[in-house]
Amino acid sequence: MNRTAENNALWSYLEEVVDPEIPVLSIVDMGIVRDIQQTGQALTVTITPTYTGCPAMDVIAAAIRMELMAKGFSPVIIKNSISPAWTTDWMTEHGKQKLKAYGIAPPNPKQQVCSDELFAPHEAVQCPHCNSWHTSRISEFGSTACKALYKCAACKEPFDYFKCH
Amino acid sequence: MTQSYTNYILHLADNALILGQRNAEWCGHGPVLEQDIAITNISLDLIGQARSLYQYAAELKGNGATEDSLAFLRTEREFKNCLLAEQPNGDWAQTILRQFFVSTFQFYLYQSLLTHSDSTLAAIAEKSLKEVRYHLRWGSEWVIRLGDGTEESARRMNKAVSELWCYTGEFFVPADYETAAGSDPAGLKDAFYSKVREVFTQASLAVPENVFMHTGGKNGMHTEHLGFILSDLQYMQRAYPGCEW
Ligand SMILES: [Zn+2]
Repeated sequence: MNRTAENNALWSYLEEVVDPEIPVLSIVDMGIVRDIQQTGQALTVTITPTYTGCPAMDVIAAAIRMELMAKGFSPVIIKNSISPAWTTDWMTEHGKQKLKAYGIAPPNPKQQVCSDELFAPHEAVQCPHCNSWHTSRISEFGSTACKALYKCAACKEPFDYFKCH
Repeated sequence: MTQSYTNYILHLADNALILGQRNAEWCGHGPVLEQDIAITNISLDLIGQARSLYQYAAELKGNGATEDSLAFLRTEREFKNCLLAEQPNGDWAQTILRQFFVSTFQFYLYQSLLTHSDSTLAAIAEKSLKEVRYHLRWGSEWVIRLGDGTEESARRMNKAVSELWCYTGEFFVPADYETAAGSDPAGLKDAFYSKVREVFTQASLAVPENVFMHTGGKNGMHTEHLGFILSDLQYMQRAYPGCEW
């Protein structure tokens, strides 16, 4: 990321662009925006997908273009970059808090989990509703590629966990 | 870049697309809701990987090729996927075993591509490998759960082994375009079978010996199944050329 005092305004424009599948998170919070280059009124924004099959990427690219063109920039070129590969460690602390307030448990730090071991114990995830750690995994796969399904034994509510990746 | 190298990228893309399409047939039909979601998530990952590869192949090919024209407008004989990817879903055991074999192969293949001299391909491999790790763990757990489960689940898993084992050999017989691309699939053979043996042991499944291995898919000679897959997959673009939504 190349956020500096000089281009900070450009980055804050992109904080207005949200992930359509998790509308409380901006694409900056998600760690999807990797770089912004400005030459005069021309901008090149580099973004990276969360998962290769993420269906939101085309919508996100169009939303970035509209946001920046509305601010008077032209042309706005979107570049896709896949290396280094996106990781949940790129999500901002601010983003994780918003995710939790929205009812989705934020990802644990990557080094702590993500094991290849078979039948590994499920990672401990805190319930976003009641903060209990007394939760269990229902499925490693959820409503979108980036989430797993959990349930809470304390408040009995099911919830999504934004799994570490 | 040469035609041969484009063919190599298409081969990798076709493997991902055809298996992704097969898995997608489970959508709404999974044995339980959570596993229906799991297999379709894996399908989505595979189609995502296929998209990255087709986009790259289209760029190499030029002449107006796009990811869509490569996926939707090539004929059966132009597809270069391995025969295993196109085999029918069968029951859950057969789908699981097919996924486990492909994920195991992709796991070692993508690892070997991380250091490929083509940095675009290496980047696609790096991104895909993160997803394949999940698929491999999920597939391995299911092979063990079914193989070492009830009498009925073990019977079905053994049947799946006898149906699909004969398609695993094709991974390791290099097509000309693989050798030209500096890929050495034969070098992955030992790692593949030792991983399979490890999981089969835990699953109480016997490893078949001396099985005749079918080949041909990499060079466009497919089983009767691929044509039916393509007629589903390509229907919209064939019936309404250039349609968008
Ligand atoms: Zn709770």
